Amino acid sequence: MTTSAEVLDTSRLGMETPKLEELISPTLLKEFATSATRLFGVTVTIATDTGQLLAGSAPAALVKAPVKIGPPGEEQHNGERYVTGAVELEGKVLGKILLGPLDVPAQRVKSIADHLLVSLGLMLHAGLRALYASTMHLASIAESYKDLEAKNRDLEEANARLKELDHLKSAFLATVSHELRTPLTSIIGYSEMLAEGFGGPLSKDQLEFVQTIRQKGDQLLALIMSLLDLTKLESGTMTMRPIVMPIETVLGDAMSTAMPKAAKKGVTIKIARGTNSPTLKADPDRLRQVFVNLVDNAVKFTPSSGEVVLSARELDGATGDDSALVLLMPFNREIEVRVSDSGVGIPAHERTRIFDPFYQIDQSSTREQGGAGLGLSIVKRIVEAHGGRIRVESNEPKGTTFVVTLPTSERSRTPSGAFQR
Amino acid sequence: MQIDFAAREVTVKLVYYGPALSGKTTNLMALHAAAGPEARGRLVTLETRDDRTLFFDLLPLTFRSPEGDCSLRIKLFTVPGQPIHVSTRKLVLQGADGVALIADSRLSETENNATSFFDLRENLKQNGADISKLPLVIQFNKRDLPDIRTDKELADIAARGKEPVFPAIARNGEGVVETLLGLLQLTWNTLDKSYDLSKRLGMNGPALLASAASQLNAGQPVDSLLAKSMGGSYSAITAGIAGAGRT
Repeated sequence: MTTSAEVLDTSRLGMETPKLEELISPTLLKEFATSATRLFGVTVTIATDTGQLLAGSAPAALVKAPVKIGPPGEEQHNGERYVTGAVELEGKVLGKILLGPLDVPAQRVKSIADHLLVSLGLMLHAGLRALYASTMHLASIAESYKDLEAKNRDLEEANARLKELDHLKSAFLATVSHELRTPLTSIIGYSEMLAEGFGGPLSKDQLEFVQTIRQKGDQLLALIMSLLDLTKLESGTMTMRPIVMPIETVLGDAMSTAMPKAAKKGVTIKIARGTNSPTLKADPDRLRQVFVNLVDNAVKFTPSSGEVVLSARELDGATGDDSALVLLMPFNREIEVRVSDSGVGIPAHERTRIFDPFYQIDQSSTREQGGAGLGLSIVKRIVEAHGGRIRVESNEPKGTTFVVTLPTSERSRTPSGAFQR
Repeated sequence: MQIDFAAREVTVKLVYYGPALSGKTTNLMALHAAAGPEARGRLVTLETRDDRTLFFDLLPLTFRSPEGDCSLRIKLFTVPGQPIHVSTRKLVLQGADGVALIADSRLSETENNATSFFDLRENLKQNGADISKLPLVIQFNKRDLPDIRTDKELADIAARGKEPVFPAIARNGEGVVETLLGLLQLTWNTLDKSYDLSKRLGMNGPALLASAASQLNAGQPVDSLLAKSMGGSYSAITAGIAGAGRT
């Protein structure tokens, strides 16, 4: 809860003339009077308009006597003569000065008094200016602060609204996906039964049509499953069942899954053996989904006689610019998996956007490769749910490398690096 | 406004508003030059190094009645015109009894003039005041520059509005005293109607305004100064000034 700054009331600023001692501090007035006393050889007394003595030593009766704006005059007390004058600002009497007792003709002292009053007037003007400036400065800051607070409140409200909308979107997607999946299961099931001949023999054409229905049904189901996955990952409701396992198991799985498609296309897939075989703690099904997707993509975008290479290695945690590395390095141990292809490559400016849901680099309706643009966004979210990161590099001279970094099982054991979500 | 019954003195806050570089400070400087030593106070300027107004300028003017027994003190403020100083403008406007909007006559500044008016209206609103209840005069400054709206055009538009409009060349002091007197007349009429100043303080408004004109060395009676405005009226704005701080 923020507190609102009290905005200064400036409506009276400049309307009232401040007091003498507010514009020049009494210490400075004393110095001024002392210096003038020394220079002119006559005691200089300065008092407020209410008769409060600020500097000097004139008799109280004279100090308290009222004074009028105008040329300096002469007053007497107990036979001693004094020259007096009004200290004035904007036509208001702020105080008075008294010079004396006199032992010289008053006329000369009057011109000294004149000079002192002019000097004081200038000092008061400077003081007034400083007072206005500082008051306005404070008030402006308070006012700006108030405006900023209001803007922050608006932003917070807008943010809360957006979060609510986001939540609604996820709920909507989940419901729709579920409602689509149920009838689709029947479509697939019955077309499967037809194809198997449960409804009687089919002609060649009929069989072909039924198989097309089934195939397209499968595609639709895969899309719906992806949407469900994405929704769960976004809302953080996906259940993970992590186990400790070597990374190579997952990579081997991914390779064998993609192998038939690659063979058909004339693309080679291989796993580059590292020096060690790091283990990690992860949900094997989900991680398999990650690498199957990446390898499948790599095969999809690699032309015939091209190559897809998978490699894994353990990073020692000394990379990066962490301070207190000696303390943190044990927790920084990570596995880096690289999936490189020799395909068309991804332009640098597209490399962050490809992880957005439904994003396609080739937005044209006639694009060669199918897909809803959900694969990579799901991959990224699964990797992040495991406390990892994913990025894209170009595979020089040609192609793309996806780099997935995941915490090792050792790091997952530490309290701070515990398996996330 | 502040009233000092003992000294029979009324202090009025007038604000010169307007877009950046329209000549608000120039108006104050011209008034400072025109005023006699009896009337004028020292001009306080709070400006940046390049002479742009930072917080405000303040010119105190004191007009005494011919008998010298009562006085009208004017605190003339300018606001900084640059858009960035919006909160400062709002602060300076607090407690204003009357506003002169100094507009730039050049056609190219038409939009800036309008923007400044909307800014004035909005800032008054945020201060809890209502522009329709505030004495307001408009000055079209820089009449000597090329590419401006003609006098006839201006007069035609002014005739349809409710605010007195004054042409001016503040740099030469032309129209400056007229604008102030116009604003003062309108403000006095409005305050007098709301607070019965003439009766409660025994102040003679017309005599004080005549004294102001002569102490500003206008060389003309108030009526002929006011006659230089185009359109508008000086009759008191009823219902006073909502939300303005006063004693």
